[in-house]
Amino acid sequence: LALRRLEVGVPALLVTLALLVAGALSGSSLAYGLAAAAVVTGTLLWYFTGRRYTSWGYAEREDDLLIRRGVMFARLSVVPYGRMQFIDVTAGPLERAFGLATVRLHTAAAATDARIPGLERKEAGRLRDSLAELGEAQAAGL
Amino acid sequence: VRPGTPEGWQRLHPLSPVVRGGRATIAIFILLIPIAFGADTFGRATPQFVVIGLIVLAGFVSWLVTRWRIEDDDLRIETGLLRRQSLRFPLAQVQAIDVVRPGLARLFRVAELRLRMAGSSGGTARLAYVAEHEVEPLRDQLLALARGARHEEAPASQLERPQPEEHVLATVETAPLVASILLENWWIVVVLAGLLAGFAVSPHRVGGALGGSGFVWAVAMVTFVWRRFNQQYRLTVAEGPEGLHLRGGLVALTAEVIRPGRVQAVRLVEPALWRPLGWCRLEVDIAGRQRRKGEGEAQRGQLHALIPVGKRSIAVELADRLLPDRPRELARPPRRALWKSPFRYQALSWGRTETCVATTSGRLRRVTSWVPLEKVQSLRHVQGPLQRRLSLASVHVDTAGKSAHATLRDRDAAEAATALDELTDLARTARRRPALA
Repeated sequence: LALRRLEVGVPALLVTLALLVAGALSGSSLAYGLAAAAVVTGTLLWYFTGRRYTSWGYAEREDDLLIRRGVMFARLSVVPYGRMQFIDVTAGPLERAFGLATVRLHTAAAATDARIPGLERKEAGRLRDSLAELGEAQAAGL
Repeated sequence: VRPGTPEGWQRLHPLSPVVRGGRATIAIFILLIPIAFGADTFGRATPQFVVIGLIVLAGFVSWLVTRWRIEDDDLRIETGLLRRQSLRFPLAQVQAIDVVRPGLARLFRVAELRLRMAGSSGGTARLAYVAEHEVEPLRDQLLALARGARHEEAPASQLERPQPEEHVLATVETAPLVASILLENWWIVVVLAGLLAGFAVSPHRVGGALGGSGFVWAVAMVTFVWRRFNQQYRLTVAEGPEGLHLRGGLVALTAEVIRPGRVQAVRLVEPALWRPLGWCRLEVDIAGRQRRKGEGEAQRGQLHALIPVGKRSIAVELADRLLPDRPRELARPPRRALWKSPFRYQALSWGRTETCVATTSGRLRRVTSWVPLEKVQSLRHVQGPLQRRLSLASVHVDTAGKSAHATLRDRDAAEAATALDELTDLARTARRRPALA
């Protein structure tokens, strides 16, 4: 799970590098300014992604799944197992490179936005299976 | 369709392609008129004949290859010549059944049967068209099967409504309907009136300035108003053995049955200009969106109106019937919420009972939503930066319906947290209740 920070950190690092390269290419006067900007944005991004990362959390309770996220907009979703329609496990190229995956829960309501990003692949698989099992046991009609 | 013959494929009414063609059919007749009158154009009109012939043939073939039957608990429809499709609709999942009769269909005495299923896309089984005298028994049979399928799960539900005949609860008068549509969409009236006035004063300048686009807009607005009027004309709500029966329409007649226990949310809407007249609209939300042909953006956001316009007392009475255990007392948010939503503050409130949540919102267009807790899909607790400053929070209650959500906006943070816990527990017990009974 700790890899999550690295994963979000990669874009931040890329931005920093891009700014550094741009600074190096554009002559002496601008170069220092750009380099400084790059360092500052890099650190800031690193800090914010860190905070974002620590804000994510989930808890499997007896009858429902809790998902918490967000720093500025703190969100806490409660999804009862019986209401889950299906579960997605996706892994983008970057996530795959670090052996991560995103689990997404779908209910009949379109507004439900329950996803857990940056899980280790094994954990994602386990969560998917246990959720599917619990969902089946408690399934309720519409 | 006799109830005793569940097996055996049935065809649709032979006139179906003609009716389904709708305007195309009329266009074909218009094409034919000059040919019929002028014999000398016959030679030149050959390509037109070929096109017409092909269309007629295609319609005939599509009718020939479409068939349907009822299999145990499913409705099966097979269609398509090249791309053969076999659709199976489990009747236990039916949310509502509509009978629709467009103008042309009424002329030929046929009707369309629509089974609305849950699910967001392609969730509608259409039987277009069936002979008019067969439609009612078929619908009753399907409903009985649907209930029978559900009967195994919840045996108590059938005993609730023993009386076989329906009794009317509310009808919409024509004059208030017209007035209400115009009042709610007053800007359309203003724009149209402005256009007309401008045209009367200096036809050339206004006509030149707006050109075709103004005309197109005017037509679009008129169609919008007309469609609503057509849909809701003399809409009648009645309580029958299978649930709520809705019936109405001017040119296109629709009749729908909403089964009890399929209502996801109930909403009472009071637009600003209606309020002095004491009018309101009662809407219900059912799972699964119906995306009708020619349904515009504006209508997609609209819910199913039980009472398009009516006195508040009647609407409240009907709401009581749908949700007997509605919360009576609604609590205001704390005063400091004024900083967060200065305009909405007066209208915000919420309340709950053991089985139902109610929220109100909207300064100009006041909306009261009731969500039965057993229909809650998920709960969300959200706190934005400004809300945290004021130690406020919102709780969203998500349902499977189209757009009726209950939102407990800008509550005290502690209250929101307890509300989230309480609602989670209550929703859980509410979900389990039917299984235990």
